[in-house]
Amino acid sequence: MSHEAVIGIETHVELRTRSKMFCGCPVDFGAEPNTNICPVCLGLPGALPVPNEQAIEWTVSLGLALGCAIAPESLFHRKNYFYADLPKNYQISQYDLPLCVNGHLEVETDEGTSRIGITRVHLEEDTGKSTHLGESGRIHAAEAALLDFNRSGIPLMEVVSEPDLRTPEEARAYGMELRAIVLALGVSDAKLEEGSLRFDANVSLRPEGSDELGVKVEVKNMNSLRSLQRALAFEIERQRGILEGGGEVAQETRHWDEEAGLTESGRSKEESSDYRYFPEPDLVPIVIDSERRDELAARLPELPSARRSRYRELGLDAEAARLVAEGDDLAAVFEAALSGGADPQAAANWLTGEVTAHLRRSGTAMAETGLSGDHLAELVAMVEADELSATAAKQVLAGVLEGEGSPRRVAEDRDLMQIADEGALVAAVDTALGEHPDERARLAGGDQKLVGFFVGRVMQATGGKADPKRVSELIRERA
Amino acid sequence: MSDPADLTIAAAGRALRAGDVTARDLLEAVRRRASMTESQLHNYLTLDAAGAEETAETADAAFAAGEDRGPLQGIPIAVKDNMVTRGLETTCSSRILAGYEPPYDATAVARLRRCGAVLVGKTNLDEFAMGSSTENSAYGPTRNPWNPDRVPGGSSGGSAGAVAVGSALGALGSDTGGSIRQPASLCGIVGMKPTYGLVSRFGLIAFASSLDQIGPIARTVDDAVTLFEAIAGHDPADATSYRGEVPEIRPTLDAGIDGLRVGVIEELSGEGIDPEVAEACAAMVDRLEGAGATVEHLSLPSCEHALSAYYLIAPAECSANLARFDGVRYGPRLAGDTVEQMMAATRRDGFGPEVTRRILLGTYALSAGYYEAFYGQAQRVRTMVIRDFEAAYERVDVLVSPTSPSTAFPIGDRTADPLSMYLSDLCTIPSNLLGQPGISVPIGLDADGLPIGLQVLAPALGEAVLFRAAKAVESLAGFDHRPALASSEGAA
Amino acid sequence: MPPVPIDIDIAKVARLARVGLTAEEMERYGAQLGVILEHAARIQALPTEDVPPTAHPLPMVNAFRPDEVSDTLDREEVLSQAPEREGPYFRVPPFLEES
Ligand SMILES: [Mg+2]
Ligand SMILES: [Zn+2]
Repeated sequence: MSHEAVIGIETHVELRTRSKMFCGCPVDFGAEPNTNICPVCLGLPGALPVPNEQAIEWTVSLGLALGCAIAPESLFHRKNYFYADLPKNYQISQYDLPLCVNGHLEVETDEGTSRIGITRVHLEEDTGKSTHLGESGRIHAAEAALLDFNRSGIPLMEVVSEPDLRTPEEARAYGMELRAIVLALGVSDAKLEEGSLRFDANVSLRPEGSDELGVKVEVKNMNSLRSLQRALAFEIERQRGILEGGGEVAQETRHWDEEAGLTESGRSKEESSDYRYFPEPDLVPIVIDSERRDELAARLPELPSARRSRYRELGLDAEAARLVAEGDDLAAVFEAALSGGADPQAAANWLTGEVTAHLRRSGTAMAETGLSGDHLAELVAMVEADELSATAAKQVLAGVLEGEGSPRRVAEDRDLMQIADEGALVAAVDTALGEHPDERARLAGGDQKLVGFFVGRVMQATGGKADPKRVSELIRERA
Repeated sequence: MSDPADLTIAAAGRALRAGDVTARDLLEAVRRRASMTESQLHNYLTLDAAGAEETAETADAAFAAGEDRGPLQGIPIAVKDNMVTRGLETTCSSRILAGYEPPYDATAVARLRRCGAVLVGKTNLDEFAMGSSTENSAYGPTRNPWNPDRVPGGSSGGSAGAVAVGSALGALGSDTGGSIRQPASLCGIVGMKPTYGLVSRFGLIAFASSLDQIGPIARTVDDAVTLFEAIAGHDPADATSYRGEVPEIRPTLDAGIDGLRVGVIEELSGEGIDPEVAEACAAMVDRLEGAGATVEHLSLPSCEHALSAYYLIAPAECSANLARFDGVRYGPRLAGDTVEQMMAATRRDGFGPEVTRRILLGTYALSAGYYEAFYGQAQRVRTMVIRDFEAAYERVDVLVSPTSPSTAFPIGDRTADPLSMYLSDLCTIPSNLLGQPGISVPIGLDADGLPIGLQVLAPALGEAVLFRAAKAVESLAGFDHRPALASSEGAA
Repeated sequence: MPPVPIDIDIAKVARLARVGLTAEEMERYGAQLGVILEHAARIQALPTEDVPPTAHPLPMVNAFRPDEVSDTLDREEVLSQAPEREGPYFRVPPFLEES
């Protein structure tokens, strides 16, 4: 009997608001420990929460982007559990009246497109951060833990999917698409390495074709798309092994260990499920009327899926369309280059190739480079007009990225413009032929391999500024 | 001139402006009264000697310079120790906050300071404001100034006692189920709970968030109005704070009872009420009628369920509100091998029995499977009580009842039986569930010489009519008794 | 609403509330809770099917703050209140990872 996996994903997205969810402390990663704290996010006696309106609007926007219904009246609840990095020992979260419900997300994989249901999107607050002391860093060996509350109270959106995912690849694609939407909305940095996007998954296996759900295992601690895919692949195989051996899967929470590449049974907290939710009495209901909802809907930017199909229609291949559409910075330069008259595929090639490589190498953001859409359009046009050779164009782009100015300016400053003067080219070819009489004779005798030799000589002599196509024509004519 | 500690806020204000006393004199007078009475009564947990002197001097300098920040400038005021005060120990009468010095001021405290009031110190209370006798304090009980063998009521017993005996001219209390009005009644003074949301709760250490409200305690209705005006008003730091205008009190304060419709709550007039208390209240109602009020006796059947609903809602909210006291960031800590053990040991040791009982009660009422039956149902009953009172307020302007079913009871009398203690709040609890204002005004003494208070209730934001009726009751009662301890001879 | 039988697992309640009670204390509190709940549970018999719950005494909605940064606390002032600190951190005994 073969089994299929049933996967649902909970994604926590840290919002990049200026201030925290319920207080005015700055949201600022990398600050000194325990400096972004106040009575509210430190759970001091007497402090009261006041919700950040921006965080609520952004959550509604994400809900709208996911096709959710927006609750006309929504409530915050207290989720009660004791934990050292949770200052009030309850988390202000949402329970039965979340801001957004019943949406969906279209996910593309090599197998095709599937529609994944979104159960809900709600808003809550993040916890502080704890570090255990001790040689091995393992908890049971630790003698103490240190607490930093800078992260405490940062707004977190929680996006819960229906158990509609079937494979680790699909799960990864889901995470990727969600990340792209969050980036398009500009509500989070969605930096996986900083933990601003975190995944938990529910995984169960059932006999192929069955409608029943198997025993559910919760897998936690996946902080990248890659570890999401790896953890799910591991967990599915683990459960399959148990079931095929005639065993039973235990209902439990397991933690993904990135280094070991496996999920480990978590020592479960006692009565962890009894969160004693009740409406947060320090806060009042959130009412979003249809007018407000429509206003927020009208302000939504173009979403990644729509942008991708528009790019496909412009002639980009699927991969290029995805890459350009995903990053806001790439897309912005791309759109501007198109307005500047650039050929879409050529502009996309530059962006997904050289530009992305440069950004990655230098660790900079697009905005920190000197490249604009107009620059890209000019570069494409110069190559098309044979004003730049391919090699020279790369050097020009490097200069533009470094902020040396427009492509034409860089090409001139660095003396990289292709030699347009036919006479000069002819002279260079004749010089090369004259300097190598033996090779010239063999070429004249029909040895075509020597064309490349002479092109190389001419390119060297002209510092790469000659048009290699025209040079080889001239060599053949004059040999 | 009499001892300045016996002045009302209004009279002290006149004396300050006439140059008859200084803020320094007033502070010294209340401190003298405190030094004569504290060992017997224990109204205060902390006296802010240095801070108070400094503010009194600032106030005197302001008067000298012709600067006037209003009727509280230079007036010595006490604050219940469940409101945080920057750098001044704030314990909520709990061991779990022993030595805690908050890094900020509660909004109500900050407003008093802005008015130039002199903060004398922090007063004793039932731990975390849970109780009706100020016996549940980790630092020892407070005693009634009229008879130290009796309780002062609670939980704002220290604030009420201080005002009654003259170790402050006015005070702030907090009222979750009657904690301002009931001790005011038992101490023979005026105590008022504002409409929920009129006074910011920011910095008030929460007991039950949807019921808690800070309010004034004073010797006269007029003084209570002065304190109310100083602390009421929107605070952006409290999301439940009312955003509209604070009702204007003064224009109608002296309009008298003539023409007002007064409702007597049947359910709070007979059974469960001490006969002497019931008689005194009935007599006052007759006098109100004689003074031109229209009196109607009304049945509010949901009243009897209010107490039950309250004892589900308040503990449920408290169980979450008090979760933050865990020995991690402030307060004392007991040792433990794991953080879980440390927290469990710290909390067992840090909370007294009444607080522990309510935390357990609330935890149970919210736990899986019981939420709807207990908390959910209590919130529905709350709606029923609200509807009952709404119907009543279509017929009358204010409602009256005894504030407390009995006068001050002996120390230790009810500590063994939580339920009998809970019944002390029978008359005051409905207005907390309703979020409506209420006030207690002294109307006489019982045969043992203990004060009796009449409670006046009004609809939400009905503070103008509430204070107007209360002032009428006050002048009809002509209550001018003071506890024997409130004089140098009495204390000797 | 049919009354819920009062059946208190006091050990579980104490664990959820993080109060480390002795066996004797558990028994005493358990009995007291029973008495109080018996009294409070009377409201379960009330006809509330059509009655909405009230969470807030005054009907208020949408109390928000703008997304603006305000003052933070002084770290030393805050840490001076900590039972135990280590450098810029609060220090506590070790604990399990959240599950
Ligand atoms: Mg969550
Ligand atoms: Zn903060």
